[in-house]
Amino acid sequence: MRRLLFKNLLRKPLTEPAPQADAGARAQLAGAADLAQRPPLGRTIAIREIDAGSCNGCELEIHALGNVLYDLERFGIRFVASPRHADVLLVTGPVSANMREGLARTYDATPHPKWVVAVGECARNGGAFAGGYACLGGVAAVLPVDLHIDGCPPSPTALLEGLLALLERVENGAATAAAQELAPNG
Amino acid sequence: MRALRDFIADGQALSRHRPWPRAVVGRDVWERAIVLLQEERATLLALWGERDAVHLALADDTPPLILSFACEGGRYPSVGQRHAPAIRLERALHDLTGIVPEGLADMRPWLDHGRWPVRHPLGERQRGRALPPYAFLANEGESLHQIPVGPVHAGIIEPGHFRFTASGETVVRLEQRLGYTHKGVEALMAGRSLGGAARLAGRVSGDSTVSYAYAFARAVEAALDIEVPPRAVWLRALMAELERLANHFGDIGAICNDAAFALLHAQCGLLREHVLRAADACFGHRLMMDRVVPGGVAADLAPEGGQAIGGLLTHVRRHFPELIELYDNTASLQDRTAGTGVLCAELARRFGAGGYVGRASGRGVDARRRPGYPPYDRLAFDVPVRNEGDVDARVWIRIREVEQSVALVEQLLHGLPAGPIRGAAPAAAGEVREGAALVEGFRGDVFAWVRVAADGRVERCHLRDPSWFQWPLLEAAIEGNIVADFPLCNKSFNCSYSGHDL
Repeated sequence: MRRLLFKNLLRKPLTEPAPQADAGARAQLAGAADLAQRPPLGRTIAIREIDAGSCNGCELEIHALGNVLYDLERFGIRFVASPRHADVLLVTGPVSANMREGLARTYDATPHPKWVVAVGECARNGGAFAGGYACLGGVAAVLPVDLHIDGCPPSPTALLEGLLALLERVENGAATAAAQELAPNG
Repeated sequence: MRALRDFIADGQALSRHRPWPRAVVGRDVWERAIVLLQEERATLLALWGERDAVHLALADDTPPLILSFACEGGRYPSVGQRHAPAIRLERALHDLTGIVPEGLADMRPWLDHGRWPVRHPLGERQRGRALPPYAFLANEGESLHQIPVGPVHAGIIEPGHFRFTASGETVVRLEQRLGYTHKGVEALMAGRSLGGAARLAGRVSGDSTVSYAYAFARAVEAALDIEVPPRAVWLRALMAELERLANHFGDIGAICNDAAFALLHAQCGLLREHVLRAADACFGHRLMMDRVVPGGVAADLAPEGGQAIGGLLTHVRRHFPELIELYDNTASLQDRTAGTGVLCAELARRFGAGGYVGRASGRGVDARRRPGYPPYDRLAFDVPVRNEGDVDARVWIRIREVEQSVALVEQLLHGLPAGPIRGAAPAAAGEVREGAALVEGFRGDVFAWVRVAADGRVERCHLRDPSWFQWPLLEAAIEGNIVADFPLCNKSFNCSYSGHDL
């Protein structure tokens, strides 16, 4: 083990340069409802991932965000075990009828301000599973969605580009400015 | 006792079922088949139903066969009452079709949580209704406590509920409650074009997308007598082995991570990423979704694909051995994996457990060998088997399979025939045809059965994940272990929730 650790200490990091925040995701977030009610979170976000009936393809790529090449945590983004600790819910799957309650209760357990990101084609509109008796046809059927990241499944890079746009949004001035506008009255 | 083959002679064999026989049998033959399963002289492959019939796929040392029982009055003699591996299949079958397994003691709903707008979606449809809370099995005794976990878990995992009953730190009983990811795939399949159904098959369990599409395609090709071009046959196997490599690297790392050994997790995650990037370079999709289609493959190996795979193999050969050594020589890690979550050989055999779960407990069955399918009949590979049945053995099986798959990928690349990758589009046969297939995914054998209507659309399709026979064994393997070792045991099984819930 020592040999391996020593070797890794000496070589250059494998982590790749950060991608740009996705412009489409920025535009989606700019249009998010009740922006003003959600104060900025600062330069870090805690994510609670919820599989609402996905085929597990999206989970594989979300997992990959943690590997050394993408290294999600360098951006201050991390996954947490409890919705009580989360700022963002990252939801996959077409929302199976059997997961509806679990998803809704996880959302309710997440403190304000919170953001919902729907990942993958299924989470947008049910994808390949739309129209059946067992699926609700996307996350928006149950929760207000702030951002959709498309793909079947989205690549880790696409996920990163979307999450970086979200990070910008939750920490930046637009939300702050809107909050300040409200301040004189309340 | 007569051989499995004779069952077909005793029933009404159907001429349009390929490649294995299917026969409609009466009660006496059905009962004899149950006895055969009970005495472990045959393995249960699948059990599924439709509006007015149930089908039982069996295998022994000869190729598989399928027995069908016409359910008059919506009933059939339960297989599960005498052969435990069938219990969950029968509960699911009842939820989906309404057909009653006569004599089955456990009739609690399995996939139906009382949340669907319909009951019996594959049978006589009725309006859905709410169900009373699920009745977990009772546990009585002094100082027992329960720990409910899920369906939303702490990590990035699929949803399912685990009800632990523990005495102090020791698990007395684990009871699983699954079905949360049920998407009604089989109902969605009905009436779809072959292409549309193949897309769905590839999304039953994302980690096995190649294996599912492969099994579905082979079942369709058997039904319609479609010849697949040799190059496509080899490319499918290449994709399947890349999928196996990616998943095994991911699993080895994740198991070590659940023992808090992050170094191996990081290193294996890197290897997994290399495989996915090579797959992307070769076939244009990291998980190779929608690349296997009925009649061939949808994407040829990209011009730079050979080089990408060559680079991958060199990288794996250079770096994987030192990781194996690290796994083997780290006492603190071995302390967690060795002797943990032991699955005895008897249970693995009775449940017909496939993949690393079966092979770590002495059951060396591999669909690539038996019943076997091309191109594996022309490739050299070993099926590793161990007898310890613990987490450590399941890790070692994966390690050995990685080595085998690396050798297979090299053989496949080297021997790849030239030529087209797709035959003529599958044409409607003008009559109803049926086909079945068994394909070895990374987790075990994926069974596919399809009935293609005269117009070339799917009339009924059944896909059985290997997890159906592995999930119940996890309940057995965890007994007597400490609660804290559950993640380790669970990851070493790595059963599919989505593949099971369908």
